[in-house]
Amino acid sequence: MEQRDNPEPKSEPMIALRGVRVSYGEREILHGINFDVMPGETLVILGGSGSGKSTLLRTLVGLEKPTSGEIRLKGKNIAAISASEMDELRKKIGMSFQGGALFGSMTVGENVALPLREHTKLEDSTIKVILRLKLEQVGLSGFEHYMPSQLSGGMKKRAAVARALAMDPEILFFDEPSAGLDPIIAAGVDQLILELKKAFHMTIIVVTHELASAFLIADRMVLIDKGNLVAIGPTEEIRRSPHPRVRQFLDRVAEPEVAQELDYLQMLTEDDHRRGG
Amino acid sequence: MELATQIGGSVTDGLAYLGALASLGGRAAYFTFIGPLKGKPLRFQRAISQAMQVGVLALPILSLITFFIGLILALQGAYELRRFGALNYVAGAVAISMTRELGPLITAIVVIGRSGSAFAAEIGTMKVTEEIDALETMAINPISFLVTPKFLAMLVMLPCLTIWANFMGILGGSVFGVAKADFTWPRYLEASLDALFLRDIVTGLIKSAMFAITVTAVGCHEGFATGGGAEQVGRSTTRAVVVSLFLVILVDLVFTALFYFLSPS
Repeated sequence: MEQRDNPEPKSEPMIALRGVRVSYGEREILHGINFDVMPGETLVILGGSGSGKSTLLRTLVGLEKPTSGEIRLKGKNIAAISASEMDELRKKIGMSFQGGALFGSMTVGENVALPLREHTKLEDSTIKVILRLKLEQVGLSGFEHYMPSQLSGGMKKRAAVARALAMDPEILFFDEPSAGLDPIIAAGVDQLILELKKAFHMTIIVVTHELASAFLIADRMVLIDKGNLVAIGPTEEIRRSPHPRVRQFLDRVAEPEVAQELDYLQMLTEDDHRRGG
Repeated sequence: MELATQIGGSVTDGLAYLGALASLGGRAAYFTFIGPLKGKPLRFQRAISQAMQVGVLALPILSLITFFIGLILALQGAYELRRFGALNYVAGAVAISMTRELGPLITAIVVIGRSGSAFAAEIGTMKVTEEIDALETMAINPISFLVTPKFLAMLVMLPCLTIWANFMGILGGSVFGVAKADFTWPRYLEASLDALFLRDIVTGLIKSAMFAITVTAVGCHEGFATGGGAEQVGRSTTRAVVVSLFLVILVDLVFTALFYFLSPS
């Protein structure tokens, strides 16, 4: 066997976060997040309401700017690149929003074709073929002339995925893909993600709080709690993690509303003070 | 001191608002006039469908309203003119009032009610359903995609509608002229045209172009500034109409004064 001068280089992470802090005005939502996403893996970002996971997702796709830190998408720091460079990067990613975010004034077909019409010089006939392909991949063959308002919740999500797939992205982002869907339809969406994973070896990032879906589709999981990254690791490791916050989240332990007895007492007596004087 | 602080705050808020409008208007203008030279799409199809909505579909209601306005003008003008036995001046009075002032203004008001609110509602709803975010993640500029077609449509349609409104106003006035002021139809129209100078029509059209920019900017700005939820969309739509009405009157004042001082005495 031939000797090589350099050992096989390790894969560059597809996404790399270093010390990412995000604030809305005065309030800091994310307090210094660090992790990598390797090419071809499916990472699920778990977290409760208000944990900052949606903010994290929005920051990853460039909808929010970090106040400090670095986010490298395919090696480029999106916090510091120009708008046109960001646009070029965005043509390589796809995002499926929570409600689908389909454009209500266009048909499903026109929705899926939009990125192709905007960013390519392909002929209409070619675009038609591509959009039909994409709709088939998500199980919506034949629905290209439907308006979004005519679709059910599950179908809207599928159409949104088809649109996200239109430009053959390298990274696919999902915001709460199973939210608001009944268990059977949600399972269908999970299956779709698994099929995309198998067929295209895409890097997939999913934000969710649905544990069943998460364990089904994830290679690795990340738990965000109150703006901090609390745990990260392969799915099985997270499932068995002894970390208290992880166990609380996974075992569905209800959280006490008030931490300290003294705070509770103060809350009860404060009103009397104000009224009584 | 409290009052001074409040007034100061309101003034700076107002100026900030105008600044935001100017910024939006500037970017829309960039994508309309400079963008195409740099290879960015002009979205003609969307502009044409907006033009249908803004212009063609407004014709019935605009025709009725401005016809009645013309008749009202004639009646009000005649009310004074008949004291001086000068009823034959009614035709000119109506024509000049319509072309210089009421044609552009009433057209703008009708369009604010129909389209200014619609712009805010459409964009506001898209903001609430994350469609604007979706555009951004697809590397499609929301201003280029949503505002520029509206901007183009309004800039072309408002002056066209104004010309039609002027005509309908003169027609409305002719009803009075023929019925009560000893005019015949052809003579009323002739008297109207005789009284008009080109600058009367042109100043009116310049105003309507300014109104077009104002209404588009306010409607779209309120849409983009919508907070979360359906209730917020309602608030944005209301604000769009109210602020547009106020700013259109303000712009009207500025340009009317400008034309007054610039015109030969």
